[in-house]
Formats: sequence, C-alpha cells, structure tokens
Amino acid sequence: MKTVFKRTPTLKDCPTHYCPGCGHGIAHRLIAEVIDELGIRGSTIGIAPVGCAVLEYDYIDVDMIEVAHGRAPAVATGMKRTNPDKIIFSYQGDGDLASIGAGEILHAGHRGEQITVIFINNAVFGMTGGQMAPTTMADQITATTPKGRNVAEEGYPLCVSELLAVLPGVSYIERCALSTTPNIRKAKKALKHAFEQQRNKAPGLSLVELLSTCPTYWRMSPADATKWIDNEMTKVFPLGRLKG
Amino acid sequence: MVEKGQISIGTEERVLMCGNEALAEAAILAGCDAYFGYPITPQNEIPAYMSRRMPEEGRVFVQSESELAAINMVFGASATGKRAMTSSSSPGISLMQEGMSFLAGAELPAVVVNVMRGGPGLGNIAPSQSDYFQATRGGGHGDYRTIVFGPSSVQEMADCISLAFELADKYLMTAMILADGFLGQMMEPVVLKKRPSVELPPKDWALTGAKDREQNIVRSLWLGEGVLEDLNFKLDDKYKQIQKNEVLCEEYEVDDAEIVVVAYGVAARIVSGAVTRAREEGIKVGWIRPITLWPFPTEQISKAADEFRLFLTVEMSTGQMVEDVKLAVAGKSPVVFYGRPGGGVPTVEEILDKIRQLTLGAKT
Repeated sequence: MKTVFKRTPTLKDCPTHYCPGCGHGIAHRLIAEVIDELGIRGSTIGIAPVGCAVLEYDYIDVDMIEVAHGRAPAVATGMKRTNPDKIIFSYQGDGDLASIGAGEILHAGHRGEQITVIFINNAVFGMTGGQMAPTTMADQITATTPKGRNVAEEGYPLCVSELLAVLPGVSYIERCALSTTPNIRKAKKALKHAFEQQRNKAPGLSLVELLSTCPTYWRMSPADATKWIDNEMTKVFPLGRLKG
Repeated sequence: MVEKGQISIGTEERVLMCGNEALAEAAILAGCDAYFGYPITPQNEIPAYMSRRMPEEGRVFVQSESELAAINMVFGASATGKRAMTSSSSPGISLMQEGMSFLAGAELPAVVVNVMRGGPGLGNIAPSQSDYFQATRGGGHGDYRTIVFGPSSVQEMADCISLAFELADKYLMTAMILADGFLGQMMEPVVLKKRPSVELPPKDWALTGAKDREQNIVRSLWLGEGVLEDLNFKLDDKYKQIQKNEVLCEEYEVDDAEIVVVAYGVAARIVSGAVTRAREEGIKVGWIRPITLWPFPTEQISKAADEFRLFLTVEMSTGQMVEDVKLAVAGKSPVVFYGRPGGGVPTVEEILDKIRQLTLGAKT
C-alpha cells in the first residue's frame, strides 16, 4: 500500500486539547510541515501565546517559550537580536496580537525585526470564553457583546495586517484562510514563504494572518464555521498578499 | 566589623565616572550580551552609554518602545542563554513587574537596574528610596523574590552589577540594583575590573534550536494539580538558600554602640558622616548598612539587638526598610525611624540632631 499522507515528524503524535472544528490544529500541522520541509527544526525557536494555543509546545516539537499576553514580538526581538542565525517565530491570536500586544507588534514591524509572525484571527477571545476581540465582526454576538458588536460604541473590526503593511520594516504580509482545502494549501505556501524570508535573511518582519474557526464561541457547527470564514469574514478581511 | 567595600573587585586604575556610566561599563565587563531599555530620568546615562559601547563590543543594544517591551526583550534573550539586562526608574520599573514575574516563574536569569526617583505616580525626578517594598517583596504577581542590591557608592554600582549577573545565573532569577538618582548622577573615582570567574551551572535549558536533542521548553504555566505548588516550594527552597548564603552588609563601630543607625544606599553615606560627627561628640553610635536588601541582613541586625540598643532607621521614604529592621530586632530593642520622602534628602545635621535627641531620650 502506498502512503499518500502522513504526520510530519515535527508535529507530535498526540491528541490536541482543541475543540472539534478549531483551526489551531490545522495551523500547527502546517507550521510543522513547513519546518520539516525547510529542514530548520534544529535552528528554530517558537513563541507560544496566551490563549488557547498556549500549550502549542505540546504539539510542535521545536524549542519553545511561553510568554506574557501580547509580548511575543518583544520576546522575539530579544531572541533574534542575540541569535541572528536562529529562526524565530511567534504564534499569536487576535486578542494577543491585535489587542493587548498591538504596541509590541507595531514596533517590532517598525524596527524591521527579522522574525516570522503567525497571526490567528478567529474574531473572538477563545480561551477566556468567547469575548469580543478587536477583530470581532460588526453585529457579532460574543460573551461581552450580547446584542452584537455595536460599531458605534465598540469600534469596527481591526485590520491589523493592513495597518502593518504600510510600515517599511515589514517585508511580507499575506492573509489566508483555514477554511477549504485550496485555502489551506495557500496558507501553507504563505507560511513557507514567510519562514524562507527569514531563513534567507530578507530584511524585515514577515507575517501571515490566518482566518481561523472558533465553532464553540461562534456557536456554529464546524462545517458552518468554515463557511462563515469564506462568506462573512473575508468581506472584512480580504484574502491575499498585502505586501512582499 | 566587616571591612568597608568588601565586594570591591580590585584597586588598580581609578577612573572618574558617574554611577550610571560606571554601572554600564561594569555590566559590559561582566559579559552582558544585550541591553534593552526605554528612556526615563534619572537613568538616561545608562542607555546612552550602552548605545555607544555595546555595538563597539559587537553586542546588542535596542531602545524598546516601552518598559513592558524592554523586560520582555530581556526575557527572550535570557531564554536563549544570553546575559541580558535592562534599566529604568521607578514608574518604568512598575511597568516591568509583569515581565519580572514571568522571569521568576520561568526561572530565567536577568539583571534589572532601578535608579529610583520620587513617587507615587510620576512623582518627581529627585533621588528617592521609595521602591524598597516593591523591590524586596517580589513586586509583580505571584510568590517570588528577586535579589536586590542597595549600592551606596559609584564603586558599588559597578561591583554590584557584576555580582548581580553572577547570582542571576547561579540561582536562575532576577537580580536588581536598587540605586537612586543621586548614585546614578554623582561622579566618583571607580576601579573597573572583572570579577574572578566562578563555575556556574550549565545553561542546558536554553532555547538554541532542538538540534540533535529533545525540545527545550521555557514556561511558567503549570495547570496540573499540585504542579505549581511544587514549583512554589522549589522556588522557596532556592530563596532560603540565598538568604543563607548571599547576605552582604557592612557595620561600623557597633560593638560598643548604644545607638545603631541602619541605612542603605545614599542615605547610608549621609548617616556615615553623621555618625562620625556624633562619635567626635562622644556619643556611642555605630551603623549597619545592608548591601543586599533582599536577602536582608536579618541575622546581623538581630545579633546587634541582643544587647539593648536604640535602633534608628534612616531612609529617603516614609519608612519601608524599617519594617525589616523591626522584624530583625523582634522587639528586643526599640526601633525609631527618620525619613525624608518625595525626593527629600536628609542632611548630616538632620541625622546628627536625631542621634543627639535619642541620646537625651535614652538618658531620661
């Protein structure tokens, strides 16, 4: 029998703690595959966020650190500046990167830190119970917007990638979706490009935003959640390469 | 009596430097790989000096976007096994407490310098000693400590930072220099010399890329039942070792003293002048100067309190270290306090008057 698909070695052989239909598992696998395909496991250091993916080191078999909420780009700066030959990536959710860590990602981009940022946008705070994130869609019901996000009072969904794309220090930004198979394949290509940029010492920060599902706090079935990404989220967060 | 300047590292070439610059150069000598910091008065000489000198040495200098970022840059560099430091002043140190708590939880070495200014709030930019509680009680959330040095001269600014790097690596925790605006700004002759190298535990936990080995993980989240409790007890054991092994203090004419003045940092310099003058007047007075504020010289003060004496604690605050002095004295002798908060600096005359009053009080 011919093997057509197998677990990549850098992805650990264990069940995850994620909810059914969650996008984190897909994102982890793509990152692990890219690390193995580029052969960079031995020189890669990952930064886990505060959020559902805090235990990411239990699934991705590289050296990893767990950091304070939002501070990953600062930690990555400390690592990369002192270890320019290592590949440093951070993995951050929308609460982490777009809310409490907005300053850190902006300035890491502004300084042109040669790091790779994987930004998981699922439009809610997942781990704390589905509260409004900066990326929450207009009228979206969350634990802290029971009547739906009222943009007049709570602001519009924040498009961080577009904000970062204007910075000269940011060299590559692409937004992908972990929804359909073609979209997931594009996401892997984007991730690979981002890691290659760093490995090739291309100046500047590379960031891949991944629109991802949170069926639990979207109160949807996993199937409906993937459709919601393609039908609703992409209207506000259009897919494609924003820079580089 | 412990010899003055017991942690001096040499007496060769003397150079005239301000405290902040002496500290910065001593950090470079101590093998600091990376400096991260954000401007704030009265410590701006440190980042300015580092911005010039670190690149000359092929090392890292980054001006961060905030103190939050600075301490997290230290966290990142330290996790890869590098010696890293930051410096700031009181309001900036408050912002760093989040990162210092994470450093404690993850057991990473780091060196943090607080050149204290008056508080609370923005306070002012005058020298102060009002961050003693924050420094010696951990400061951030959770059950932890940091090693805290209270230098009282430019020479000690330099000596303490090299020892701070060593102890941070030895115990895998933050070591802090708690100076004040006076010490940072004033110029004195100083000898800068490398500490003799000592054997330190290997950094086999460092994140260097999992090449031909299992992954290393640096973390402070422990969700399993009892796991964090075990970590807290492990940390506590470490802190007890430090309290046993790393106390530094200096004493002067305590043996026959009826009054013992306890002070640290620049306040101790002023106390020293007042005590000398009081001795000339025939008053039996001596002083004890903690050099490490945590671990605190509890035993040394307790021993001095075994004979009935009056203890006078002098601080540039409304009274913080005095609580540790009272804990050490444990009711065996009276403890009184004299303090000047909010950037006020006591004069030799003020302290001398206080000593004279205590003499009168003791007689009546």
